Amino acid sequence: MQGYNVIEVEHLTKKFGSFTAVDDISFEVIRGEIFGFLGANGAGKTTAMKMLTGLSFPTSGKGMVAGYDIWTQSELIKKNIGYMSQKFALYSDLTVRDNIEIFGGIYGMERHDVRRRAVELMDRLGFMTEKNERVKDLPQGWKQKLAFLVSIIHNPEIVFLDEPTGGVDPAARRQFWELIYDVVDSGITAFVTTHYMDEAEYCNRISMMVDGRIDALDSPSALKKRFGAVSIGEVFDILARGAKRSE
Amino acid sequence: MDIMDSIRVQRLRKGYGRGLPPAVDITDGFSVSGGELFGIIGPDGAGKTTLFRLLTTLISPDEGDATVQGLDIIKDYRKLRTIIGYMPGRFSLYPDLSVKENLDFFASVFGTSIEENYHLIEDIYCRLEPFADRKAGNLSGGMKQKLALCCTLIHSPQVLFLDEPTTGVDPSSRREFWETLARLKDTGMTIVVSTAYMDEANRCDRVAMMKAGCFLEVDSPRNIVEGFDRRLIAVRSDDMFRLLQDLRSIEDVGKCYTFGDTHHIVLKENAVCTPEDISCILSGKYGHTGVEAVEQPATLEDCYMNLDG
Repeated sequence: MQGYNVIEVEHLTKKFGSFTAVDDISFEVIRGEIFGFLGANGAGKTTAMKMLTGLSFPTSGKGMVAGYDIWTQSELIKKNIGYMSQKFALYSDLTVRDNIEIFGGIYGMERHDVRRRAVELMDRLGFMTEKNERVKDLPQGWKQKLAFLVSIIHNPEIVFLDEPTGGVDPAARRQFWELIYDVVDSGITAFVTTHYMDEAEYCNRISMMVDGRIDALDSPSALKKRFGAVSIGEVFDILARGAKRSE
Repeated sequence: MDIMDSIRVQRLRKGYGRGLPPAVDITDGFSVSGGELFGIIGPDGAGKTTLFRLLTTLISPDEGDATVQGLDIIKDYRKLRTIIGYMPGRFSLYPDLSVKENLDFFASVFGTSIEENYHLIEDIYCRLEPFADRKAGNLSGGMKQKLALCCTLIHSPQVLFLDEPTTGVDPSSRREFWETLARLKDTGMTIVVSTAYMDEANRCDRVAMMKAGCFLEVDSPRNIVEGFDRRLIAVRSDDMFRLLQDLRSIEDVGKCYTFGDTHHIVLKENAVCTPEDISCILSGKYGHTGVEAVEQPATLEDCYMNLDG
């Protein structure tokens, strides 16, 4: 598979009737980076992510994700990416280990590979003593860690994290981000959405969506410099002020 | 009882059995003044939602007593429910009813009409009006939140309870939401709000830090920040991830955590080292480049991160 970019998108557009949800976006995500995908509610982030994860087709434009074409190979994309939903999507009545094995199976992994990888990840994320506990008995922070673990069980090229820290307190958010760093360190690329502007600073590069377009894309420090802002929150405000779409 | 108190809690305990520790176990008591904007912050499982459900009479305490606007949360629950507004953390409107139908419904439940209290919701509802006929279930996240607040306000409550109202809301919409709260506060409404955002907690008159069912500290954001008694240094270098680990291995560093584009270190109680000392160690011993270290006053978020000492 080709080397440098895990995502390459050109002129991607999605229309619903007369409404253009995603309006001609082009960008790349570089292998091994943490890419922050920012924007206001309704800016088109979810629609764009659905196309990148093989869940919907664009109206026009082209794109490659993890080396596969979003038009013709969406099933292969699904197999080679990880996705952690902002809604909790594990089986609450099953144990930690059962959840891991089920999702490993869904991704088509061999049983002994699932077991080996499960042990490796549970050990790394500190889950060994809880492996036989039912998921519904775990504290919220642990559920989130587990959902993340499950999303990378098949060692994907890239993992999509959709607001992984929504509603999470400052201490637990930081623990989660150290986990993201750790996983990216092991070679997985991370594509993250967040509404916490301090978390945007933890990304290598961030894009800002406004009214379906990507109005800015760069490293946090370069963006702050370009807009003469002291924080990414300020950059966000400057860009969001130009938005025509409002909720 | 102080006539100015809107909420008064003597003590309050609620457990969910199964040998678990109580979800709420407030022994010292607290009160919220009339017209106060009172924030509650704390980790998941701290008991914030249980406390909301107790004060809004949705569940009864195992023990303890509390009043809201002078009404007992157990004896006077029927009357109490008519004068409070509660916006739960989970979207709980009728997804199959339209925006307008939801609002009409909640108004009629409280024996009022949209027209009667329109002034309270006007600045929020004007944004929703173009979508008045859309089903609530088909609204975007930000709009659902606006509608939920309208439905909570439509009977002109005296006390407003908001459980993490801005989770999943973008920064600009959050700011608008808090501007609305400020306007409501100006009408004399008492507002109790929980949040995971420290910039929002900063806008409250007082903030309660809650953990394991109790309030650890209740004070104005300013007093909490001024009470921070350790030295704090903001550090950055060209390799932020490695920096985090390296800072943690320095003897005088008590705590180290990410903080936007810097890492914050909180020095141990009797540590004497200066920002320059830290810079030297990082460049010399660990080979970091582009090192900057500056002593800074703590923010509310720093106080939260250092709650357990």
